[in-house]
Order: sequence, then structure tokens, then C-alpha cells
Amino acid sequence: MTPGPLSVAAQDGRLLDSGAPPPDSPLAIRGLTVSYGERPAVFSVDATFPARAMSAIIGPNGAGKSTLLKAALGVIPRVTGEVRVFGTPVERARDRIAYVPQRASVDWDFPTTVIDVVQMGLYRKVGLLGRMSGAQTRRAQDCLARVGMADFAPRQIGQLSGGQQQRVFLARALAQDADLYLLDEPFAGVDAATERAIVEVLKLLRAQGKAVVAVHHDLSTVRGYFDHVFLINTRRIAEGPVATTFTAANLHATYGGRLAVAQLDALALAGAVP
Amino acid sequence: MTGLLAALTLQAGYNATLVTLGAALLGLAAGATGTFLFLRKRALVADAVAHATLPGVGLAFLAMVALGGDGRSLPGLLIGSAVTAGLGLLVMEWIARRTRLAEDAAIGAVLGSFFGLGVVLLTVIQTMSAGRQAGLEGFLLGSTAGMLFQDGLVIAAGGTAAVLATWLLRRPMTLVAFDPGYAAALGYDVRRIDLAMMGLVMAVTVIGLKVVGLILIVAMLIIPTVTARFWTQRAGRVVWIAGAIGGLSGYLGAAISASAPALPTGPIIVLMAAGAFVLSLFFAPVRGVLASALRHRRFQARVHRRQGLLALARHDPIREPFTLRLLRREGLIRPDGVATDRGRAQAARVLREERRWAEARSLHQDTGLTGRYDGLTPIEEVFTPDEIAEIDRRLGRPFAVPGGV
Repeated sequence: MTPGPLSVAAQDGRLLDSGAPPPDSPLAIRGLTVSYGERPAVFSVDATFPARAMSAIIGPNGAGKSTLLKAALGVIPRVTGEVRVFGTPVERARDRIAYVPQRASVDWDFPTTVIDVVQMGLYRKVGLLGRMSGAQTRRAQDCLARVGMADFAPRQIGQLSGGQQQRVFLARALAQDADLYLLDEPFAGVDAATERAIVEVLKLLRAQGKAVVAVHHDLSTVRGYFDHVFLINTRRIAEGPVATTFTAANLHATYGGRLAVAQLDALALAGAVP
Repeated sequence: MTGLLAALTLQAGYNATLVTLGAALLGLAAGATGTFLFLRKRALVADAVAHATLPGVGLAFLAMVALGGDGRSLPGLLIGSAVTAGLGLLVMEWIARRTRLAEDAAIGAVLGSFFGLGVVLLTVIQTMSAGRQAGLEGFLLGSTAGMLFQDGLVIAAGGTAAVLATWLLRRPMTLVAFDPGYAAALGYDVRRIDLAMMGLVMAVTVIGLKVVGLILIVAMLIIPTVTARFWTQRAGRVVWIAGAIGGLSGYLGAAISASAPALPTGPIIVLMAAGAFVLSLFFAPVRGVLASALRHRRFQARVHRRQGLLALARHDPIREPFTLRLLRREGLIRPDGVATDRGRAQAARVLREERRWAEARSLHQDTGLTGRYDGLTPIEEVFTPDEIAEIDRRLGRPFAVPGGV
């Protein structure tokens, strides 16, 4: 079955269920509502992310982008909603998901080294009583090399630049060897070389048949990096392929007056601002 | 003095030996468990939990007396203290989750009211005929005097169990302390792991009541950990170093206390740990005060040397006395301030480095590598040989030291 109406701005207050989620979608969300206190941050959102693709979640500040991701993962509780990962409830698909949280969410003075952080991605596989095997240690080292940080393994994490911190988080996710990668603002506050390195790693994952979903804030790179886009402002505004969904009309519906006409012009989008 | 030596070498009698070993195990458990408490930044919660044990001690005593028992049985008193400590922990959790009050307010409210109730109960017990000899006030600051063999056994067994549980849960607890969001995404139940950690802390507190006392037990959870932080950058090692410091403090403190029964045991043990802290603060390599002062001096010398050589290369006068002394000591200038041959050669190298960096920064404006330009880092550490060759090619001619330095 086809996922709900694509590339069309949804009507406000749309509460109708768009049907059962397609079983092959790496991440399908139905009727998700999350609230902080009594203020919903995400309201009755449906989303269906495609397989073997890079998807961006975009929207203004405070629109619920990160909240959507965290609630889908169960990091924060949801009021209502169903989340399926490759057709199974998210709680039973943990080993297929790798999560890259926001860099600012942890204390970088924590007494730990780069390689220790990457090995955290293997904790579930090692279990409570197990020992980290030689193969697993090598695997963590390989993942560091994939993000260009092989020489940083013994370094204390407080001595890293912002871009290097982000790479370490990505390496930790790679160590999980998952099928779905969820990233929260992976390019926020990183240098240009790190951004290129991360994009390369993500594109390689896509080429290997994995799905990548990233909360993204830089509209100017959406077309260059992503295949699929999900626009949110508390409610779902639109979702679909970048070519047909990343339009001036949808961006206006998402950002309202917060996006100046000049910014839209700079994106050289199809379609006029309404 | 011979008494102390006997206690230290475990020759002061069967009971004293067991108590000393029990205190060492307790210190080990407190240091290891406390590491996670510290990393999760919840030390004050533990302090409130410790103070919430007191009403439990009083109530357990009253209950045991009412049932016709002794009232002084340590296991009974410890069970009572665990009940009210657990209650205090749940009340704090509930206040922080269900009301708008922050955790520190919940800590203050629970610590004050539970401890107040405990003091009232203890005062009441003092007026009873059965209570006068009970020695319950020993739970405030710890007292190993008159401890029974079974008491030592309870403490040793509890300490061992706490150490084993800490070892078992070390990975989930580390992960939750560092990055709770990621832990939740991996499928760990963050709330349950936090509760398990606080449960361990509670267990250490309860078995430490007799030896360290409820007022100072939080010090045994925290001081070994912050001491260990001076010696390592890895959480896994902090745990065991803290355990070792805690264990040694417990051992020494209990031995001293055994030879001087008039002194309260808890403060002596805590002072041992505090001594380790002060030593580490000053003398730890890398992170200690002395090491960082030395490092700062070396850094200053590097800056002065670099600036002095640049001044030589550019024929600028050097006025800083420290710079002059440094260059003279290294034989780079003569006593009259004129550069030696070696000084000229080094000045030329520094000048070339400066020009290379200037060229590198215009070549690689956006790569982040040039962000490492700090005037001190050798360019070879940042750029590859072929990149440096390209920089030199752009600079054109080979360098000569400006004549007549």
C-alpha cells in the first residue's frame, strides 16, 4: 500500500488514521503525540520513512523535530502513537536501530576515552557478564577509522573539537551495525571537513541498503544530501521525495513568516511563495 | 602505639580483626558504588537517603523492644533503617517527578524531616530504661567499640555483595551516567538502572551505619571517587581506584579506632580518605596542582622562547628580562644580547615556520586544520609532507636568514 498523501500540505487538525503502516518501512509512525506538561510538542503525527534512503526531518526551532525522533525511540514517553521499525514494534527492534543524539546532550568532561565511547555501541551485544572480545575491540577501532579518527582512540573526550565529538558519536552508532540510523542534528556546530566526512559515511550506509533519518536544520543542503524530506511544525506538514516535496509552498506552510522570501529565493525552489 | 600496630597487623583480637576487614570491605564498596553516584551527579540524594535511615533505627529498636527482644540486634536495626531510607528515596523521586519542585528542594525537605523525626525518636528512646544502654547515638558518627562478631560478619557480607553488584552493573550504570538518551535508545530501562544504583548506595549506607555513621557516609561515597579522578581519565579505572582508596581508608581508620576506642570511627575513616584526596590534589601527575603549575611554566617558557627567536629574526629589540634569560641560558644569544650562530639558525627556522603558517592559512581557509595555528604547534604536526612542499613552493625562494643579525 502507498503511504498517505505525499507532497501535499496536510490540513490542520488532521486526525484521521492513514491506515496501517507499510511493513517494509524502516520507520513508520502513526498518531504520535508527545507533550511537555500539557503543551503538545508533537501532535498526532504520521510519518513513513523509505528504505535505502536518506531522509531529513526539517522544521523551525521548537517544531518538535528532535522530540519526534526521541519519542519514536522511546527516549521520552509518548502520550499516544504507534512506532514500527521494519514492521515490528520499536521495542522489539532495538538491535536494528542506531541512534546519534545531539552532541550537547552529554557532559564531555566525563572520565572516558574515545574508544570507550565507541565500545558503548557494543554493550548490548556484550551483555552484563560478558567480556569485550578481541574482535569487538577491533570492530570499535574500525568504526573510528571509518570516521577518520583512528589515531584518537586513547584520547580523553574532553580534548576533542565539536566536529570530532560528532564523529565519535557516529562511530559509536556504526559499531552497532544497525539497519536504521537516526541522527539528531548531526551537522550542528561542526566544521566543514567533518560535515563532508559524515555525509560520506551516511551515503555509504545508504549504498549498503541501510536507512538514514536525520533531524536537519540547514535548508541549503537538503537537496544535496537527502532523498526524502519530512516537514513538521508540531503537526505533520508534508512528506515525500525531496524533488516534489521540498517546495516553496511546503516550506512556507512549515516556517510561516519565519523564512524570508530572500532565503527561499536562495534555495532556488520550484513554485512561487503563496 | 603498640595497640595501633597490633590493630594494623590484625593482631588485636578476633573481633577487632573482623571489624577492620569489614570496614575495608565497606570502604571498597562505598568507593566503587559512589563513583556512579558522582558521575550521575546525585551525591546530595545519597546524603538525604543517609539521614533518612535514622527514624528507621529508632522505630526498629522500639519494635524489637515491644516484641520482647533485645532491641540492639544489628540486623534488625539495619532492616529498619533500610525501610525508612527507601521511603525517603521514593518520596524524593515522587516530589521531583510529580510536583514543580526541583530535586534539591526535595532533598532538603526529605533530609530535614526524616532526620528530625529520627532525632525525636532517639531522644524518646534515651528516656526509656531499655534505651539508655542501647548506644544508638553511635549510628550518627559510627562506633566500632563493643561490636559483636556477627555485626562484623553482616558488614563484610553486605560489602562483598555491594561490590559484586556494582561490578555486574558497571556498564549500564556508566552508560546511563554518560548518555541516558542513548542508553534508552539501546533499550536499557534508565529509571530501573537509576533505582538499582540508588539501591546500591542505600545498601552501602545501611551497612556503613555502624562503622561510619549516617552523617559522614556520603563522604565515603564521594571523596574516594573525586580522589580517583586525579589519577585517571577512564570511568572503569575510577571505579577501582576509588574502591582501593575507600578500602584502605576503612582499614586504616578502623585500626586506629580499635586502638583508641574513645574516638568516633566514622570521622577517622573519612579523614584517611580526605588525606588521600589532599595528596592527590597536589601531587597527582597530569591533573594535580603541582603538575599543572609545572606544565604552565613550561608553556610560558615555550612562548617566551618563540617570541624571542622571532624578535631576533626580525631585528626587534627584546625587552622582557625572562625572555633574555631564557635565550642566554640556551646559548642562543651572547651575554651582550647579540645572537649566536645557533641562535641565528633557530631564529631562521622559526621565521620560516611563521611564513609557512601564514601561507597555509591562506591556502586552507576552511579546513579546520588552520584552526590549530596557535603560534607554537609545529606545522609538521598538522600538515602532511606533500602539503608542506606545496606551501614551500608557493612561498617561492628558499629562505635565508636576514643578514647581519
